[in-house]
Amino acid sequence: MNVAVVIPDTSLETRARRVAAVAARQADAVDARACFPREAVDTMIAERLLGIQIPVSLGGEGAGFAEIAEVCSILGQACAASAMVFAMHHIKLSSLVEHGLESPWHTQFMRRIAAEQLLLGSATTEGGIGGNLRNSICAAEVAGGICRLEKDATVISYGDHADAILITSRAHADAVSTDQVMTVFLKDQYTLEKTHVWDTLGMRGTCSDGFLFRGVAPAEQIFPKPFAEIAAQSMLAASHLLWSGVWYGIAADAVARAQAFVRAAARKTPGTTPPGALRLAEVSTMLQTVRSNIVAGLKAYEEAKADPERLSSMGFSVAMNNVKLCSSETILAIVNHAMLICGIMGYKNGTPFSLGRHLRDVHSAQLMISNDRILSNVASMLLVHKLDNSLLG
Amino acid sequence: MNETIRGLLVKFGNLPVSVDQLQDDSDLYTAGLSSFASVQVMLGIEEAFDVEFPDTMLNRRSFASIAAIEGCVRLLTDREAA
Repeated sequence: MNVAVVIPDTSLETRARRVAAVAARQADAVDARACFPREAVDTMIAERLLGIQIPVSLGGEGAGFAEIAEVCSILGQACAASAMVFAMHHIKLSSLVEHGLESPWHTQFMRRIAAEQLLLGSATTEGGIGGNLRNSICAAEVAGGICRLEKDATVISYGDHADAILITSRAHADAVSTDQVMTVFLKDQYTLEKTHVWDTLGMRGTCSDGFLFRGVAPAEQIFPKPFAEIAAQSMLAASHLLWSGVWYGIAADAVARAQAFVRAAARKTPGTTPPGALRLAEVSTMLQTVRSNIVAGLKAYEEAKADPERLSSMGFSVAMNNVKLCSSETILAIVNHAMLICGIMGYKNGTPFSLGRHLRDVHSAQLMISNDRILSNVASMLLVHKLDNSLLG
Repeated sequence: MNETIRGLLVKFGNLPVSVDQLQDDSDLYTAGLSSFASVQVMLGIEEAFDVEFPDTMLNRRSFASIAAIEGCVRLLTDREAA
């Protein structure tokens, strides 16, 4: 029997584009019904995108933040919710890759993620902490090698759909609120009781419901490092860079729609420049600013990555915070500009130039870790940290 | 120097525990030192010892314990004197 052998295109970009095609088809329905983008995530699994960050020696592909941010952007151009699920999974995975290699349990878990394409969720927010994830009220109870934890988690994105949850808590019952640890709980080691339903303006498909989390797991599943170090050395950069990748994707798609609108008008009236053309030129500079800012952030991370001290320095923290502030604010202006270009065709749903979903989705950016909180952190650091005035850094 | 640093930690550290109970090598972050409070303590130290923290010292390790802070200040005051 002759079997035709088809060698699939295995470049990361091509695989991401195949997922994006599925995500784009379901984006409006996911948004309208606020449902989890199941088909897009199933395609990510089929394309084995959930394990790409894991080192090759553990069955992954050793992809860096730049490659992952590019995938976030490709998916963001298709469906913001799918892209955000992918980004949040990889933010949690970065904690494992950067801080779990010295622990046999976490290393073995990474092998499992790569082999079984497990989806990781996150539970860092808690009722009563006022949005500051570097504080916890709940505490891990460790006795006889077993860790028990109950947390009023006001947001667990795609909590119902995750295969494991990485959750923060105080290190023990007597620990101060900032003395935190992070623990991995597998799906069969916890229960979730829904307390809040995610019915929001945008990013509706992330299904970031609130839950009362109750878990019991072997204590070896607690990360061997304090959460403060994990947060400073990998989560800060991963969150701001990968979120920014998603946001750039949404903005880039809005601009692509605006450009298609202007070009369609130009083709109908050759010889005259359509009214939106100047605005398109204007918005292209804003998009370029966002892209350059993210690329510079990715470069800064690559350079600092090998040095934990540099990663936890104020200069690095200011730089990453500024990436987030710039991209989350500028994308709002970009989508608004695109709307001005497309006019009523952008305002209406169901046209090739519709921008309502984009506009609602980008509004989440300045709230996922409030920009006001980030600004006040930067403000505090700038009291001692002197800004680097060199052009190339 | 140790006394002055402890005094600044009492004044600006906003710690949930008494500074007297802390050993020189106790982890200040575990004791509850927030990043905001650590900046306030840094400013107090800059003023008290008339030094300026270079960016290479603005990381978690420099403020991880009273002994670490003392080490940084000593390095900076020695540098000034040299």
